[in-house]
Amino acid sequence: MNTATTESEAKVVVKDLHKVFGNKPDIAMQMLREGRHKDEILKQTGQVVGVLDASFQINKGEIFVIMGLSGSGKSTLIRLLNRLIEPTAGAIIVDGEDVATMSKEKLLNLRRKDMSMVFQSFALLPHRTVVENAAFGLEIAGVEVKERERRAMEVLEQVGLNTFAKHLPAQLSGGMQQRVGLARALTVNPSLMLMDEAFSALDPLRRTEMQDVLIKLQQEQKRTIVFVSHDLDEALRIGNRICIMEGGRVVQVGTSDDILQRPADEYVKAFFTGVDTNKYLTAKDVAQKEQVTIFDHPDEPAAGFSAALERMRLYDRVYAFVLDEQHKVLGIVSVESLMACMNDPSKKLRDALLPGKEAIPSSMPLNEVLRKVVEYPCPLPVADEHGEYIGAITKTVLLRKLCKEKTA
Amino acid sequence: MSYKIPLGEWVANGVKWLETNDHGIFNQIGTVINGTTSGIENGLLAIPFVLFAAIFVGIGYWRRGWQFALFCAASLWLISNMGFVNQTLVTLALIISATMISLALGIPLGIWAGRSDRAESVIRPTLDFMQTMPAFVYLIPAAMFFGLGRVPGVIATVIFAMPPVVRLTSLGIRQVNKEQVEAGIAFGCTPTQLLVKVQLPSAMAALFAGINQTIMMALSMVIIASMVGAGGLGNDVLSSISRLDIGLGFESGLGVVLLAIMLDRITESFGVKKAAR
Repeated sequence: MNTATTESEAKVVVKDLHKVFGNKPDIAMQMLREGRHKDEILKQTGQVVGVLDASFQINKGEIFVIMGLSGSGKSTLIRLLNRLIEPTAGAIIVDGEDVATMSKEKLLNLRRKDMSMVFQSFALLPHRTVVENAAFGLEIAGVEVKERERRAMEVLEQVGLNTFAKHLPAQLSGGMQQRVGLARALTVNPSLMLMDEAFSALDPLRRTEMQDVLIKLQQEQKRTIVFVSHDLDEALRIGNRICIMEGGRVVQVGTSDDILQRPADEYVKAFFTGVDTNKYLTAKDVAQKEQVTIFDHPDEPAAGFSAALERMRLYDRVYAFVLDEQHKVLGIVSVESLMACMNDPSKKLRDALLPGKEAIPSSMPLNEVLRKVVEYPCPLPVADEHGEYIGAITKTVLLRKLCKEKTA
Repeated sequence: MSYKIPLGEWVANGVKWLETNDHGIFNQIGTVINGTTSGIENGLLAIPFVLFAAIFVGIGYWRRGWQFALFCAASLWLISNMGFVNQTLVTLALIISATMISLALGIPLGIWAGRSDRAESVIRPTLDFMQTMPAFVYLIPAAMFFGLGRVPGVIATVIFAMPPVVRLTSLGIRQVNKEQVEAGIAFGCTPTQLLVKVQLPSAMAALFAGINQTIMMALSMVIIASMVGAGGLGNDVLSSISRLDIGLGFESGLGVVLLAIMLDRITESFGVKKAAR
C-alpha cells in the first residue's frame, strides 16, 4: 500500500474530532482550546476527554488499524465513525458527507446500506438462528424474508458456516460465533466495515484463522475496513496502515514500516521495539506446566521419598515441586535433599524442602522474574493469588519469550 | 408538638374533591371494569366445573408434566370437595381481570422506564410508594370512588399488583447486553425496531418473571379486597376471622394456597421456557 494519498482516494476523512463525556462538554472544549491538559479538565470539571483532536484519513480499500492500550480512546473513536457515540466537535466525512451533522434519516440509511460493524463480544441476538442473525441488517432495512435469507446464506457459505444456518449462536464455539458476526456485517454488502477488537476474545489459533478469513474476503472484494486492536501482532499482520492512539490522542498514522523506522515519539517506539514489553508481561504469561510435581500427603505414614525420586528419575529431572492437596506450592526439593532425608524415618517430605526457595506470584513483572531466574538453580514455580500452582518458568522458556518480544 | 401538618386532611380533601368533581369518569371506568370482570366470571361459571378442571389439568400437563397435572387434579378435587368451587372461580375472575389491567398499564410503563432514565427516576419512587403503602389503605378511596363491590377490589388490586411487572420489564430491558444494543443501532434500527427486535426478546425472561409476580400479588390482594365486597374466597376468609372459625379459616386459606401454587407454577413455566431457548 502506498502512503501518499490524495483526497480523491479517501473513504473517510476525520477532522479535528473531539469527544467529551459528561454534562458540560462546552466548558471542557473551551478549556481544551485554551490548551489545558485533559487531566486538569477532569479534575476541575469532572468531564472526561475521550478523543482529543483526532485528524486522519482512511483510504478506499485499505485495512486501517487503530491501535492503543486500553483507555487510549480507540473504542470511542471507532464508535464516533458511525455515531454510536455522538461527537462533541469535529467532522467525520464519509464519501464526501459529514456523518457528524447528517440528519437522522440519512444516518439510518448509511448504517443500513453502507456501513456495518463487528463487535468484540460478537453481540449476536441469542434468540435468533445463525441465518436470522446474518440477515439482521437486511431485515432492518426492510428486505423481504426470502431475499434476505438467500443473501445471508451466500455470505454464510463464504465464511464456511452454511451447514450451521439453523443453529442458535449459543450452540457454536467462539470462533464460529464471530464468523456469524462477520457474516452479519457482510450481508448488507457495505463499503465500510468497522471492527471493534473483533478477534480479541478468541484464542490465538482462532484469531489467526479469522485474520486469514478476513484477508481472503478482502482479496475477493475490496472494502474499507477500520479495525481496532490492542494486539501488535494482529496490527502488523492485517493492517495496511496503522494509527497509534494514546490518552485520546492520535500519536501517529502510517504503514508499519513507516512507524517502525520513524516512530513519532518514545511511546510509539516503546510499542514497536518491545523495549518495555517486560513491564506489561507477567510471570503468568510465560509459565508452562512441564515440571515434575509431587503431592505431599502429611497424614500418610510413608513419607513418599522413593516414589518422588522414581518420578524424577523417570522424567530426568534434578528438581521437583512439592504441592499440598489443595495444589498450593509448598516448595522445591532436589534429588540430593531427598536422598539426605530418606534414611531418617522421623523425616517427612516437608523436611526435604530447599530453604528459601518459594513460588513467585503470577503477577510478578518479567523484569523481576529475570532477576529471580538468575538466582535460582532450578525452574521457578509460579503460583496464582491463592497460592495454587499454575506452572514454572525455565531459563530457556524465558529467553525464548524475550527474544520473540524483541523481534516482534 | 405545637403544629401538626394536616397531611391526612389534605389527602382526604383531595379525594373528596375528586369524588364530587369527576364523578362521570369514575363511573365510566367502573362500568368497564365491572363489565370485564363479571364477563370473565360468568364465562368461568358457565362452563361445567369438570370441564374447567380438565382444561386446567391439561394446561398443567402441557407446561410441567404429569406430576404437576396430578397435583392440579388433586387440588381442584379438594377445592370442590370443600365446597369452594364458586368462590374460587370468582376469585380467579378477579385475578384475571386485575392482571390484565396491570399488564396493559405496567408493561408499557416498564418499557418506558427501561429506556429513559428520567422516566425511571419518577416511576421508581412511585412504585415504591404503591408497594409499601399498606394494601388496606387503597380500599378506602377505591370504595369511595366506585362504591362497594368488585370494582374497588379490582382497582386496589391493580395498584398493588402492578409494580413487579413494571420493575422487571424495566430491569429486563436495562440488562440487555450493551454490545447487542449497539449492534442494533449500528445496523440502522429505529428506536421501535430496536425495542421489538433486540431489547424485548432478550428481556422476555424477566418480563415473564414480572407477570408471574404480578399474578401472585393480585391473588393476595383480591383476598384482602373482599373487605369492600369483592367476593370470592376472600369472603370465606373474612367470615372465618369475624367468627373465629378455625376450621373454615384453614379450609378457605388452603383453597387460596392451592390456587396460588397452580397459577404460580403455570405462569412461571412460560418464563423458564423462554429463557432456556
